[in-house]
Amino acid sequence: MNKTIKLCDLMTGEVAKVVEILPENRIRGRLFDLGLTEGGNVKCLFNSPTGGMRAYLIRGACVALRDEDAATVLVSGGSKDGAD
Amino acid sequence: MGLTKSSTGVKVSGRSQKKRSGENDFKLAIAGNPNVGKSTVFNALTGMNQHTGNWPGKTVGTAEGRCRIGDKRGILIDVPGTYSLSAHSPEEEVARDVLLSQDIQGVIVVCDATCLERNLILALQIIALGKPVVVCVNLLDEALRKGLEVDLTQLSRELGVVAVGAVARKRGGLDDLKSAISSLLESVGETDKKPCGARDLSAEDASRRAEETGRLVCRSNRRDPMAGDRLLDRLFTGKKTAYPIMIALLLFVFWLTISGANYPSRLLSGALFWFGDKVGEWLLGLGCPIFLHGLLIDGAYRTLAWIVSVMLPPMAIFFPLFTLLEDSGYLPRVAFNLDKPFKRCQSCGKQALTMCMGFGCNAAGVVGCRIIDSPREQMIAILTNSLVPCNGRFPLLIAILSIFFVSGAGLGASFTSAVLLTGLILLSVLATLGVSKLLSVTVLRGMPSAFTLELPPYRPPQIGKVIVRSVFDRTVFVLGRAVISAIPAGIILYLMANLRIVDSTILSLCAEFLDPFARILGLDGVILIAFILGLPANEIVIPIMIMAYTSTSALTELSSFAELGQLFVANGWTVTTAICVMLFSLFHWPCFTTLMTIKKESGGIKWSILAAVIPTALGMTLCAIVNFIGTVLLR
Repeated sequence: MNKTIKLCDLMTGEVAKVVEILPENRIRGRLFDLGLTEGGNVKCLFNSPTGGMRAYLIRGACVALRDEDAATVLVSGGSKDGAD
Repeated sequence: MGLTKSSTGVKVSGRSQKKRSGENDFKLAIAGNPNVGKSTVFNALTGMNQHTGNWPGKTVGTAEGRCRIGDKRGILIDVPGTYSLSAHSPEEEVARDVLLSQDIQGVIVVCDATCLERNLILALQIIALGKPVVVCVNLLDEALRKGLEVDLTQLSRELGVVAVGAVARKRGGLDDLKSAISSLLESVGETDKKPCGARDLSAEDASRRAEETGRLVCRSNRRDPMAGDRLLDRLFTGKKTAYPIMIALLLFVFWLTISGANYPSRLLSGALFWFGDKVGEWLLGLGCPIFLHGLLIDGAYRTLAWIVSVMLPPMAIFFPLFTLLEDSGYLPRVAFNLDKPFKRCQSCGKQALTMCMGFGCNAAGVVGCRIIDSPREQMIAILTNSLVPCNGRFPLLIAILSIFFVSGAGLGASFTSAVLLTGLILLSVLATLGVSKLLSVTVLRGMPSAFTLELPPYRPPQIGKVIVRSVFDRTVFVLGRAVISAIPAGIILYLMANLRIVDSTILSLCAEFLDPFARILGLDGVILIAFILGLPANEIVIPIMIMAYTSTSALTELSSFAELGQLFVANGWTVTTAICVMLFSLFHWPCFTTLMTIKKESGGIKWSILAAVIPTALGMTLCAIVNFIGTVLLR
């Protein structure tokens, strides 16, 4: 179950490990600052009511990203996990 | 998003004050992620001995304060909240500059105990710089509430620096912090050479180290410490509940502001007018010429008194409510919910927040646009802020709604008014979205920016502190604005209403002159001149109308909506007129304070002009169309 998927394709409640952030991502530096680095854990928490944005648990903090920005973050090992 | 006299008044300095060298024993910086209670720690250490200065070369303000640790006195600099030392925004650049500067002898890093791992990224980077550091783990009470514990001794060991715990807003742990700072200062005194081993720790390496440290140091006795927050998030961002809750909250805030401000406004205007009469009598007793008395008392003072009594109470209610929502953590969820519609208009969800701020005061909304990172989107938010009605325009909207569209009184009527008012607000919101889209395909072209939105943990707001701080700050700001714009406005109004050319006052001549054009818009000359003269503050538009219609020489108030309604109808108002007046009130040039604030925020007068033209053009177009429909088609 180690295929690489886009961060925005993570289902609510799933945890995954960051594989890489593609260079075309416009906020690559900011995401590194927030702790979205290679090998780090990230969990999808909830969606926006109108879609287009999701909230993720990154290093203990809840941060929301637009789907098009999360699409260039590759993660692996999405699995359902209750706690962090 | 603070609107205070110091951030918008004429006194904002371009450089830091009080640079008396040699008087300070130390200079330390306080750094940390945004939202960790850094300012609370800063305030606790410096008390009221602080002011906002500017770090040389930048426009971002840093707060500086004097503080006393043991027997030493020195300066503390509150660095803007930042996630790491790799600077991606002006705030982060300033933070970085401050921390790297030779002036700073040590750093206090404030961390949030409820998400320590992320906070450690910055802490580790700062420690790697080589300067003496004290880590202050704040919000321990919040962590405890969520079942999280932080082993401070172990943390100290892992990081290699002193780590203390704190509950800053209850002033807990401050003594520990002060003694830690004391020892830090002692060690600085001993080794007065350039720190060795200073290096740049990358965010990736810091993340890895932060994860290891976090695992060793944090303990949780619950399966999911954030379960409570997640429940609230399901409520506030759920598909079926998010929007209804937002609209209901908006309605509630408006209703509370309007009904709560009514009585205090009357009291205040009664008191101020009474005082003015007394001063007037005294002046006349001194032999003051009638004309001068009129100018000062009936003109300047009365306008000032009017503006203050109408402006102050609603703002004293609205801004604390808004700040409470902000402190509690709810507002970022609003930005989260509304991001999609705003993104469609090439902007971002944060504009929703500045828009809400604009409901209180458009000038405050413009200042609040600083939270938007992209300069292009920030300008869009600034230019569209006046499209939503501020507190000053509510009285006019409510008066007209009550007179022409709601019958009777009591709870049912006030509920209907609230609903209709909300309808007008939604129209403003639609206009904001539409104009944003228009701007982004014409003058402010560009793609939607990429941004991250932090959704902080929900915290019970410190109600007492918020209310005191907001009311005090806002009061000072409002009074300042009232004095600056009201006095000249009052003088001009008095002159216009009393100087006669041939047989008519200047005021009525102007009204007659504007009348033909105004009729096209469904208004009349008096209404238009009232809006024009209302440039200093929207609160005086109705009083000016009354003054012009009744040909009195000073601003007067009519005691009831019924009387006002009779006056309007006697001067030819129809339902169409009422609608056009409300539309024009929503969409016309911003008030003087807002225009000046825009000029200051954007650094040029060109944007202020655009900010005046856009709503006016929209308002005139809508009014002309409605007037056409109302008079020609619905005959």
